[in-house]
Amino acid sequence: MDLATFVQLFVNGLGKGAVYALLALGFVIIFKATEVVNFAHGSLVLVGGYVVYALKDTLGWPAAALVGIVSAALAGLILERGLLANARSADHNSLALLTIGVDVIITEEIVRRVGADIPFIGDPYDSQPIQLAGVTIFRTQAIALVVGAVLITAFFLAFRFSNWGVAMRAQAENKEAAALMGIRSSRVTATAWLVAGALAGVAVLFMATQDFSGAGLGRGTHAIALIAFPAAILGGLDSTAGAIVGGLIVGVTEALSSANVDFLPFLGPEFSKSAVFLVMLVVLVIRPSGLFGTKELSRV
Amino acid sequence: MSEVVSEKAGSPPAAPPAQPRAAGARPRRNRIKIAATAVLVLFLVLLPILVGSEVAYLKVAQYILIGAVGGIGLTLLVGQAGQLSLAHPFFLLVGAVSYAVLAGDPEESDDLVGLGLPPLLALVGAIVICGLIGLAFAPVAGRLRGIYLGVASLSLVFLGLWLGQSLEAFTGGTSSGRTPPTFELFGFPFSNAEPSPTLFGVAIEKQQRLWYLFLVLAAISYLLARGAVDSRIGRSWRAVRDNEAAATAMGVNVTRVKAGAFVISSAFAGLAGVMTALWLDLVKPDENEFTGSYSLTVSIAFLAIVIIGGLGSVPGAVVGAAVVFGLQQFFLLGANEFGWFADAEFGGLNAVVLSAFVYGAAVVLVVLFEPGGAAAVGRRLVARLSPSDIPSAPRGGRSTPGSEPERNDDDPTA
Repeated sequence: MDLATFVQLFVNGLGKGAVYALLALGFVIIFKATEVVNFAHGSLVLVGGYVVYALKDTLGWPAAALVGIVSAALAGLILERGLLANARSADHNSLALLTIGVDVIITEEIVRRVGADIPFIGDPYDSQPIQLAGVTIFRTQAIALVVGAVLITAFFLAFRFSNWGVAMRAQAENKEAAALMGIRSSRVTATAWLVAGALAGVAVLFMATQDFSGAGLGRGTHAIALIAFPAAILGGLDSTAGAIVGGLIVGVTEALSSANVDFLPFLGPEFSKSAVFLVMLVVLVIRPSGLFGTKELSRV
Repeated sequence: MSEVVSEKAGSPPAAPPAQPRAAGARPRRNRIKIAATAVLVLFLVLLPILVGSEVAYLKVAQYILIGAVGGIGLTLLVGQAGQLSLAHPFFLLVGAVSYAVLAGDPEESDDLVGLGLPPLLALVGAIVICGLIGLAFAPVAGRLRGIYLGVASLSLVFLGLWLGQSLEAFTGGTSSGRTPPTFELFGFPFSNAEPSPTLFGVAIEKQQRLWYLFLVLAAISYLLARGAVDSRIGRSWRAVRDNEAAATAMGVNVTRVKAGAFVISSAFAGLAGVMTALWLDLVKPDENEFTGSYSLTVSIAFLAIVIIGGLGSVPGAVVGAAVVFGLQQFFLLGANEFGWFADAEFGGLNAVVLSAFVYGAAVVLVVLFEPGGAAAVGRRLVARLSPSDIPSAPRGGRSTPGSEPERNDDDPTA
């Protein structure tokens, strides 16, 4: 593999990684606020994507994208307020299982609505590669990288300095103590879902494109969203920085291993997806709580 | 000593005065139980006669048994041993392919590997292979917990997808797959071979024979699982699930118990895989990770079976299989036979989507309103039917002293 190819793969991989990072960050925000693992993240992605698909011909792409992001955020909020908040007696593991049920329903419904179309929704940038010093970079991935960097920076600034961020971190640290200090647990939880949904809504704008995977909005997108699971797990489920690192590792691993298939054809076409999971397995065997995750200690 | 844990696991401590009453009331309750079981067994045995020539219904029932065998394996792992696994479809695939390879006719094709073993041996071999692969994954499974293990196990599904497509000599490849050899038991083929015996005027042909085969396999699985749950091994699973440190202190070898649970669960899934191959009459690896017989959708479906049935409950897994696998096939049957969903008013709603709606909603409702799943509903019904021996029933107690050991409880997955 010559240098130009490597750079090309690496940059495109980073672009994908930025999208995975947005999704993984969503998982982590929800997990930190509520200790619930949101299996329905893939369906939040689909909700955002579906709204964009339905509206982009009437409203134009930019407005549709905005409405899509807001819809995904609201879907997250409704899921939390409508279902999870009403199941206080259930522990967080049961709630994770509940999100599986929600995911099945939303995914099937949207896949049914989209039908055989499997549309692509990245109109302004899809399939317009950038040539740069002999290196071909997908425009989708390049924009994803920039948008991802901006959003992630904004998130970390807010997480560090804003009242909301302080409240989030306080609740993640100790829910009871935070409540005693006057932090409204329900509001923190609700905003966590809102933010995670919005990030998923942004991510789908890049996922359901030709450039990203060739998989249009549908089960394919939903499956890509699942790759954010290894990203979040790799970094450690309760670490926001870990989500970013995990996302980038997953993106680059996927890009490099898919190129390797051309050199080592016996590995077969599906190897790149397996490669991501193999990397994750290796990391988990060495560090069972991910790279940056808090080790689980048990008092005896 | 591990009994202490199983009691702690859920049932209110047995109050001393309740003991004699429970002992006195048991025979009556057992009579109800035995009668119900007898009716159920009779129904299942006579099912081919009841459906007569409508073999399609029999196929639905067969599929439920596949879901039951796999679901029992998963409920032991997730509910009893507290290890979340999404790898079930991978073991189904391994089981199906192993059976086809072990029993396959070596002369059949130059491209396919076949060892030509007797089918019964191949069936056992497939189960053993799945158990061994489960054992190979045990070092990973032993180190991880909860969701970390769940996602780690997801990697096996992707591994299966990749290997299934790469190793065409074993799997037959995604385009055509390979036909699994007909199952035979001591020379009796499970096919349409003559002479076909008749039972009450219904010819016992391939589908009827497969039904009885599946019924026996499912019954063996059920009894083995119940046995495991009620014995020392089940107590050690629950001890590890509830508190690893406490389990260690009581002399449970946590690593070995966790590995054992994974092996046993994989073996069940392997058997379900062989049954799937026989049911479909085809072994074919999936084309992608989200649709197909061994895909992520199936991972979720199996998890739904376990949740709906009540985590850790063996009979619950059978009920869950009827809801998740049964409804899907039932709707498909309706679509094929009676043209359901064909009208435009359904707007592309089809059997698979509708059944997904039903089981998705069932999962949500179960978590919200009855975390114990079908098993808890069942226990309550039994309590309602025989109120005298259950003093705690009106207070919403889940279990009575002297009843079957506690299975599912509050902290299922982690």
